[in-house]
Amino acid sequence: MMKKPIIEIKDVTKHFGNIIALGGISMDLYPGEVMCLLGDNGAGKSTLIKTLAGVHPKTSGTYKVEGKDVVDPTPEKLLHAGIATVYQDLSTIPLMSISRNFFLGQEQEIEKKWGPFKRLDFKKANKIAFDAMKEIGINIREASQAVGTLSGGERQCLAIAKAVHFGAKVLILDEPTSALGVAQSSMVLKYILQARANNLAVIFITHNVYHAYAVGDRFTILNRGKTFGTYEKNNVTTEELQEKMAGGKVIQDLSGELGEDSKNL
Amino acid sequence: MADERLSEESFFSRFFKKPEFTSVVGVLGVFLVFFAIADDAMFSLEGVLSWTEQAALIGILAVGACLLMIGGEFDLSVGSMIGFSGMVMAIMTVEYGIPAWISIISAFIIACSIGFLNGYIVVKTKLPSFIVTLASLFILRGLTVAVSRMLTNQTLVGGVKDASAGDWLASLFGGEAFTGLFLYLADVGIIEKFADGTPVVTGVKMLLVWWFGLTVIGIIILRLTKYGNWIYATGGDEQASKNMGVPTDKVKIMLFVGTAFCATVFAACQVFDYGSADAQRGLLKEFEAIIAVVMGGALLTGGYGTVIGASLGALIFGIVNIGISYTAIDSDWFRVFLGMMLLGAVMLSNSVRKKIMRS
Repeated sequence: MMKKPIIEIKDVTKHFGNIIALGGISMDLYPGEVMCLLGDNGAGKSTLIKTLAGVHPKTSGTYKVEGKDVVDPTPEKLLHAGIATVYQDLSTIPLMSISRNFFLGQEQEIEKKWGPFKRLDFKKANKIAFDAMKEIGINIREASQAVGTLSGGERQCLAIAKAVHFGAKVLILDEPTSALGVAQSSMVLKYILQARANNLAVIFITHNVYHAYAVGDRFTILNRGKTFGTYEKNNVTTEELQEKMAGGKVIQDLSGELGEDSKNL
Repeated sequence: MADERLSEESFFSRFFKKPEFTSVVGVLGVFLVFFAIADDAMFSLEGVLSWTEQAALIGILAVGACLLMIGGEFDLSVGSMIGFSGMVMAIMTVEYGIPAWISIISAFIIACSIGFLNGYIVVKTKLPSFIVTLASLFILRGLTVAVSRMLTNQTLVGGVKDASAGDWLASLFGGEAFTGLFLYLADVGIIEKFADGTPVVTGVKMLLVWWFGLTVIGIIILRLTKYGNWIYATGGDEQASKNMGVPTDKVKIMLFVGTAFCATVFAACQVFDYGSADAQRGLLKEFEAIIAVVMGGALLTGGYGTVIGASLGALIFGIVNIGISYTAIDSDWFRVFLGMMLLGAVMLSNSVRKKIMRS
């Protein structure tokens, strides 16, 4: 590719004491592409996300954002550099209103001078949040309603819309569809494609191969803390991905084993 | 295209979902009851002032307790803090002859530092604030009694009025406001006068002004500033708030400083109004404040509630507490009613929350 990668990691490792959570991960990410991170439970997906998001400092290896080494990463620093992470259940606060959630932690835009103090301009906040939700096709009654009234898919979309609004260049989405039904998932997947069309880079973490295949351009498989390989969409099928994700174990074998067991029930 | 699920909400169902709902209904309810059964004297000027003063005492504490509860924590050391701060002020002013304003400011600084320490221990150890501040409840109360006896040989210090006469800061707590207005009202005959010409009621106690002021500040912080956003978020979901860049530890520590501040305001009002301090003062006040906050519609689990609700909860507390003596009911029954109202309020606000999340 001629474009420059926005994120580049090479041989990144992460040790927790004598536990090796990441044993050497290499990956790159370009603007306008969706990179799917696939892997079974325990493959190191969460650790990798947290390392990319600046929650954990890496043990060794290189981590570059737009060609520059990331030194002493913190979540704030990386957010500032345009890398926004949306965690599965931990990116919205159900009891708070949509507009309060939308600006939570980034209130500068709606702060208004008020004598020696600054107050929040909720009229403006409601309008921005309402429009942002409308743009991604979610009709809400009003931005002052509690996030708890939204469906799971809508909450994920709200968190993503927030990240996009605040200038994210890279979206790291941690299992955004795993707790959702079919219609809800497709809402989130549609939004991922929309973000890609706007030249954002997306890292989509999932263990659902079908969701990944629907939106992904490339697929990186993690297995036991290592990169198992990166595949382009036109060189790989969902079956092959499924197989690689299960660490070589063919899914038919698995269903065979399960079939034997279920007969005995 | 309109979504068929987005039907218009009725005014009533909107109102029902406001956190203040329980307390507004409660205030109307107790007013109706006391209008029906209490002596008319309860709604005379003196009567009104006596129950609003009671409400103000709880209300001052409720503002701090409310913000802290929305932030997801409790402070059980509020009552002990009242006794402690009061003794600090009285001992410094009376026993050591230090100007009252210096004593007051010192008491605020010491109390807020203890509040800071409470908060710091809670966020660093991640222990429940219930336990941490239960420990402070005993430590502070014990310390107050022990140190008072060590320094003064007693646990009650009187003579504060004389020692603080004319002090500008002491009069901001123990004095009366709007005395000119009341004198004028008496002159034009709206307020009755004693035989010597002084009005029956000479003014409004400063603690009412503090209650009002703290309530307004609390409302502004919670509704209109980013700190309010952070407080709701911290109590709503601490981990999610951290992910979104909210400094939750700082928020919590500041809220503990806030409850200590409110407790010291309470103490100062009492010390300079009564003219004395007692190491045993403020007993059980932490629970009374929590009752007011919960009657005001806040959730014990944090993340939800309003300051106006808490202040209305304090008003309910004051009306029932004082109002009962204007009825034929023996005031021994007050706590029975209070407990029942608390239970009713919790059940009501619980159903409100479920409604909000379903809507």
